[in-house]
Amino acid sequence: MPDIADRPYDDAPVSTSKDQDAAVRIATAEAVEDRGDSFAGWAVTINRPSAELYAWWRDFSNLASVMENVEAIDVLDDKRSHWTVKAPGGTHVEWDAIVTEEREGELIAWASAEGADVANSGRVTFRDAGARGTVVTATILYDPPAGVIGKLVAKLFQREPNIQVRRDLARFKQLMETGEVATNAMNPKQREEQAA
Amino acid sequence: MKALTWHGKHDVRIDNVDDPEIVNPRDAIIKVTATAICGSDLHLYDGYIPTMQSGDILGHEFMGEVVETGSGSTLKKGQKVVVPFTIACGSCYHCGKHQYSGCENGNPADNQDIARELYGHPMAALFGYSHMTGGYAGGQAEYVRVPFSDTGPIVIPDGVEDEKVLFLSDILPTGWMAAENAEIEPGDTVAVWGCGPVGLFAVQSAFLMGAERVIAIDHFPHRLELARKFGAETINYEQTATYDALMQMTGGIGPDAVIDSVGLEAHGLFVDNAIDQIKASTFLGTDRIHAIRQAIIACRKGGRVSMPAVYGGFVDKFPLGAVMQKGLTLKTGQTHVQHYLPGLLDAIMEGKIDTTFLISHRMPLEQAPEGYRMFHDQQNEVTKIVLKPGQ
Ligand SMILES: NC(=O)c1ccc[n+]([C@@H]2O[C@H](COP(=O)([O-])OP(=O)(O)OC[C@H]3O[C@@H](n4cnc5c(N)ncnc54)[C@H](O)[C@@H]3O)[C@@H](O)[C@H]2O)c1
Ligand SMILES: [Zn+2]
Ligand SMILES: [Zn+2]
Repeated sequence: MPDIADRPYDDAPVSTSKDQDAAVRIATAEAVEDRGDSFAGWAVTINRPSAELYAWWRDFSNLASVMENVEAIDVLDDKRSHWTVKAPGGTHVEWDAIVTEEREGELIAWASAEGADVANSGRVTFRDAGARGTVVTATILYDPPAGVIGKLVAKLFQREPNIQVRRDLARFKQLMETGEVATNAMNPKQREEQAA
Repeated sequence: MKALTWHGKHDVRIDNVDDPEIVNPRDAIIKVTATAICGSDLHLYDGYIPTMQSGDILGHEFMGEVVETGSGSTLKKGQKVVVPFTIACGSCYHCGKHQYSGCENGNPADNQDIARELYGHPMAALFGYSHMTGGYAGGQAEYVRVPFSDTGPIVIPDGVEDEKVLFLSDILPTGWMAAENAEIEPGDTVAVWGCGPVGLFAVQSAFLMGAERVIAIDHFPHRLELARKFGAETINYEQTATYDALMQMTGGIGPDAVIDSVGLEAHGLFVDNAIDQIKASTFLGTDRIHAIRQAIIACRKGGRVSMPAVYGGFVDKFPLGAVMQKGLTLKTGQTHVQHYLPGLLDAIMEGKIDTTFLISHRMPLEQAPEGYRMFHDQQNEVTKIVLKPGQ
């Protein structure tokens, strides 16, 4: 998040700080709504124009095709979307996400609405990188709940939170650059089994 | 269909498995007409490569006939193609720079984490070569699903024999890139460790790139003989003190460029360092000193080290000081096969490069397990095995 001022130590993205408390404090003061105390962030460079990537992302119903475990994203109105995420044993967790800030071709920020199963907020920025395309940076703040859902969230975010963000961005990059999401499945049936 | 599958160390079998189908738009299905066993497959066979799963279909050197195409494929049914072992999308930053083996888009996202942890970056996907590199089914099978078929496979003109072009899939471009990475200048002497397929193609390529002398090093007389046929001088490291010989043969200067085409099995320098210890306690420990160490020590000051050989983990006693103090340049990597295909196909068609000399054995796919055993146990005579499915 290069646009967040007042970094206490250096010029590095705030989500990479070793002092998570300070990082959360700075981020919530300036860039994302306060929805938790756990941070995840990653960046990819995608060889496509920022306008195209932004437009694809801004249509939130697209995102389920690159996000693991996300079952459906229903767009309710211009700002509001409803997220349904797979949980073990055929259950789901759900929340409404509200767009809190957007700048065409540059930035989308969101926060979960009241009553979310997993409170979260974050932003995705699209920065023009010349001949290399666009740097897409995702920063997510979330509140890992206790109990069963907590376990699910831990699973969702794998061993460490960045892994899930990284995988989702990797799939986004694949789809945007090649028109498809890579799979080693031998046939469509196997692909479905892998996704289940 | 029938396919050669991996089940553990020294355990490969012919299994009946589901036929592959089109999954993504840019896919094609290839009916394999010829496929080879590679030195890299021996690393899998010997159990050195992590993230293998029982039932994985091996094989990354293959060619065949296009039998099915996805909506985004540019291939046509009936075409004969050779398929690069590296799976590359053609549209990412790395592909744009022709660094195809750095492609970021072929390896499924969930398979990228292991290499991220080991190497700092995910690996490109390869056919039939563990889950770290994508977990794609390989070409030692009757059919293969080939992703990005509009970018990778090269179409072979009608009437050309399979055996002449099969090695475009890996070892010929690998030997060629090894020589290119040696940055050969006129008058140079190039020393090549290992006279397997990769080393022998590196020998041929080095001469084509203007090397004055090539010195080939191995301990198998038959393989050394093949290198000599292409004009190389030879050193049998079992009978000769390699460093001393190289120094005298180059007037005390050392080779201008050195190529390691041996790899991690030269002396078990993989993550599993127990193997290192076992070998160190045998005569192999002193005799078969790891090729890359020896190459670096022999290389002249300011020279180039080219390393096509495969390594996977950490190496002990790597002579980093020699690299710095002598000002050496080290170049390596999985081969950017797609980059070299058109030029090398031309070189084969024009008769500048000999490929078929390498093939010592041909057998039906069904005999592949026996082929692995032979390639593993009888390296002197068995230089390359070509498997022919459906024969
Ligand atoms: N970079 C790539 O993309 C790429 C592609 C293909 C193969 N490879 C690698 O290249 C290497 C060679 O492949 P290959 O098919 O020729 O294998 P191979 O096993 O047929 O040949 C290796 C040769 O090295 C010789 N050797 C062993 N120890 C030696 C030593 N200390 N000094 C000199 N020679 C020694 C062996 O006798 C053998 O002849 C392997 O590591 C393989 O994995 C890399
Ligand atoms: Zn190979
Ligand atoms: Zn690519």
